Amino acid sequence: MATDQNKASAPPVRSWAPVIGLSWLIPGGGHFLLKRTGRGTLVLVSVLSMFLLGLMMRGAMFQPQTGDILTTIIYVGGFLGDLASGLLYLLTTWLGYSQPDMAGHVHDYGTKFLVAAGLLNILAMEDAYEIAIGKKD
Amino acid sequence: MPKMNLSHFEAAILFALFSSIVLGVITKRTDAERLRYGLRCFAYFVAALIGLGWLMHLGHG
Repeated sequence: MATDQNKASAPPVRSWAPVIGLSWLIPGGGHFLLKRTGRGTLVLVSVLSMFLLGLMMRGAMFQPQTGDILTTIIYVGGFLGDLASGLLYLLTTWLGYSQPDMAGHVHDYGTKFLVAAGLLNILAMEDAYEIAIGKKD
Repeated sequence: MPKMNLSHFEAAILFALFSSIVLGVITKRTDAERLRYGLRCFAYFVAALIGLGWLMHLGHG
């Protein structure tokens, strides 16, 4: 009964799927699609800047690895964070960027910047989703 | 792609800046609230950065 009600009130996939897809591929893209250009521009500039700074600091991209629980969380989580940057991640890997994980605080910050760019993009995707289904203005 | 060398402080400030912008943009409902929240987030980041920096400095003796 409750499941039927949830299904009945669930927003149609067509209203939010293109927004989520575009938000993932191009940071801020979902906001642009929804005519929130100011917010979309701020998201795009922030995520792009963090990603480029991460590359310029020669941060490493995570490869998914499994093993003990901590290794799995760090490497799979880091990989998902990198992947969340969308086209930025895909282009970077397709163009052959491969930086080994080296010692040093600059490389370490770079790795964290690359993951954080993806995580911020996930937050922006969630915001665009809420706008698309009418939960936010 | 040029290589960039930043200090801990510079890198953390940049991290705080961009994170605060996105957090401000996605959380609140009006532009004024977003600006205030973004500035507050940035201030908290910087306060935590300086506080933890001093803690580590004093912890090392």
